[in-house]
Amino acid sequence: MSHAVGEHPVLDPAQAAPFPQAALPVLRNPQLRKNVAHAIDVIQDKRARLVAEKTDWQALRAAGAAIRDHVLGNLGAYLVQFEERCTAAGGQVHWAADADEARRIIGEILREEHASEVIKIKTMTSAEIQLNPFLEAAGVKVFETDLAEIILQLGEDEPSHIVVPALHVNRSQVREIFARRMGIEGLSDEPRELTAAARNYLRQKFLGVPTAIGGANFLIAETGAVAVVESEGNGRMCLTLPRTLITLAGIEKILPRFEDLEVMLQVLARSATGERMSPYTSLWTGVTPGDGPQRFHVVLLDNGRSSILGRHTEQQTLRCIRCAACMNACPVYRQTGGHAYGSVYPGPIGAILTPQLQQMRHAQSLPYASSLCAACYEVCPVKINIPEVLLELRSQVVEQERKQAGRFFDPIYMGLRVANVLFSRAWMFQAAQRVGRVGMRCFTRKDGWIHSLPGVGGKWTQTRDLRGMPPQTFREWCAARGNAQGKGVA
Amino acid sequence: MRVSLFITCYNDTLFPETGRAVVHLLERLGVELGFNPAQTCCGQMHANTGFRGEAFSQAKRFVRLYRDSEAVVVPSSSCVAMVRDQYPGLFAELGTAEQGKELAALLPRVYELSEFLIDRLGVEDVGAYFPHRVTYHASCHGLRSLHLGDRPWRLLGKVRGLELVPLANLDRCCGFGGTFSVKNGEVSSAMLAAKLQDIVATGAEYCTGVDNSCLMHLGGAMHRQYAGMKTIHIAQILASTETSPAEVTA
Repeated sequence: MSHAVGEHPVLDPAQAAPFPQAALPVLRNPQLRKNVAHAIDVIQDKRARLVAEKTDWQALRAAGAAIRDHVLGNLGAYLVQFEERCTAAGGQVHWAADADEARRIIGEILREEHASEVIKIKTMTSAEIQLNPFLEAAGVKVFETDLAEIILQLGEDEPSHIVVPALHVNRSQVREIFARRMGIEGLSDEPRELTAAARNYLRQKFLGVPTAIGGANFLIAETGAVAVVESEGNGRMCLTLPRTLITLAGIEKILPRFEDLEVMLQVLARSATGERMSPYTSLWTGVTPGDGPQRFHVVLLDNGRSSILGRHTEQQTLRCIRCAACMNACPVYRQTGGHAYGSVYPGPIGAILTPQLQQMRHAQSLPYASSLCAACYEVCPVKINIPEVLLELRSQVVEQERKQAGRFFDPIYMGLRVANVLFSRAWMFQAAQRVGRVGMRCFTRKDGWIHSLPGVGGKWTQTRDLRGMPPQTFREWCAARGNAQGKGVA
Repeated sequence: MRVSLFITCYNDTLFPETGRAVVHLLERLGVELGFNPAQTCCGQMHANTGFRGEAFSQAKRFVRLYRDSEAVVVPSSSCVAMVRDQYPGLFAELGTAEQGKELAALLPRVYELSEFLIDRLGVEDVGAYFPHRVTYHASCHGLRSLHLGDRPWRLLGKVRGLELVPLANLDRCCGFGGTFSVKNGEVSSAMLAAKLQDIVATGAEYCTGVDNSCLMHLGGAMHRQYAGMKTIHIAQILASTETSPAEVTA
């Protein structure tokens, strides 16, 4: 609905079009871009206010980064500790090496439960392993319960943001989806009416479906507890009402101690939604007889994460606590929204996480989907130097690509190879400046500007003019001046 | 003080008026300036595109050319950011311990122009005259990598006749990003359009900045759209006096 027919967003990195092409449908959709920019402005303003009121914000960021680095340096031991404690508290821990194994584990649990329906808490990890289509194919009806996820599920759309998945959809579009899919006549686009419609739809599911699938914001190694933060309370319903709960979590979600939440919950809420504390913070440990789900499974998902561990520059990617501050701050995301990134993880973090989860076999255009403005690094609550990782991944892409025969004549590769030779000797550089000046003359109009260039240059001149080359370079001026004044250069 | 000018490859080739302005400005302030014609490029273009080996060979060249300089002045924040942020990593990965030491010794003596004027020379009023309405575009590298803070404003604020107009969404990138501007030409153009809207809304005659790369991007769109304003590097404003006004070619 927010897309033209035939342009359903593809969030499978192995299938998605390269970023520059995938961005085009959004760039051509003024309504979508307006929705994205408006939503981001609202979150950004709230975040900026709440970060400003913390006098120790930089210390909190440093603490957040240190906690996460410590975890990543000792991940194996903490995961085993989590498994022990969670099992001792009545939970059951499963290890999934990849998406396929995670889906199979969850499928088997649901078969044992004879579950034909599940309710779901918003979890990007389940979208990462494309769980919903798998379950539907296995005959299990999936009901999303997060308001944004309901909008996307009913609207047959895909998430474009990791905290606000339906960020690209506006109120009147929500009204249209709800009216059509819930069969409500005369529904207005008043928030009160829309939430009432969603609540009515959800209550039946909460009371009737005994199996829930959710994610985790943090796993506490010391106690075996799981933490989920959310804004609506629908997650809490899924965590408390059903008989069986399955938590799917990436292996990097570990925190060593309960008290580490002090730092992480502060930076997460402020960075993610611009709140001092998330409205609902749910923490539970295993099962409690007579209270809440009586069967509890945790599926620990690797799916490419462990291949990032131990890499000097790249490992910081796994510090991420999925707050989305980087995408809210990103001037690229602001223009393209999330679908262009071809992954459930969009924005700057997606540009570094997705290719790495794909072990650099897909999504090689993503490390270039950034102007390196570093706004992401500035806001990251765990100090992930995203530009630094982008550059590292770019160099890996170049290492891959320059071995390919077809790349030899790629204009950008040729240009950079030639430039490298020219920059190695000043006389060659100077000769190239002179040749360039003559060569550019045929593209330069009488007003002294270039309005159109062939090839790669055309990508510049499609929206921008380029001033023609001046008659004298700076070094020529220096040489002439030095000669005239008899005093060497400059 | 014997100071070396690293003009940068693109200023040398495309914006010589900025280089001339730096020479006039620093000479007026009594700085003895040298230009080593062996200089070419800092390696940023290669580093940012993923060509690390090539970037390292430019980086080694830069250090070799300037290791004996008292100070190196660079009228480009992104090239200084390259030297300061990326050289250490490149040298650690590809260089020898000896080369690393030379780099570490050189780094504190590499200055972006506004840093050099304020931090090294200790001047804010450079005696400039530029009777125009001007807005300042903060380039991302100047803002978030070099942390130039209010240095450019302090310099512009002391220019006689200059009316400085604040720019909305100052911290938002103009969409240049080197090869990003062609590799992701459409996205880059969308970012540029948003930035230009803010700049035009200031009603300024000139948009200035510390990086001709951003200014080339903005100026190219201004020219294409008959925006009725021009870009000008901060060095040209600071070099401008009543007797020799700024060379404005862009």
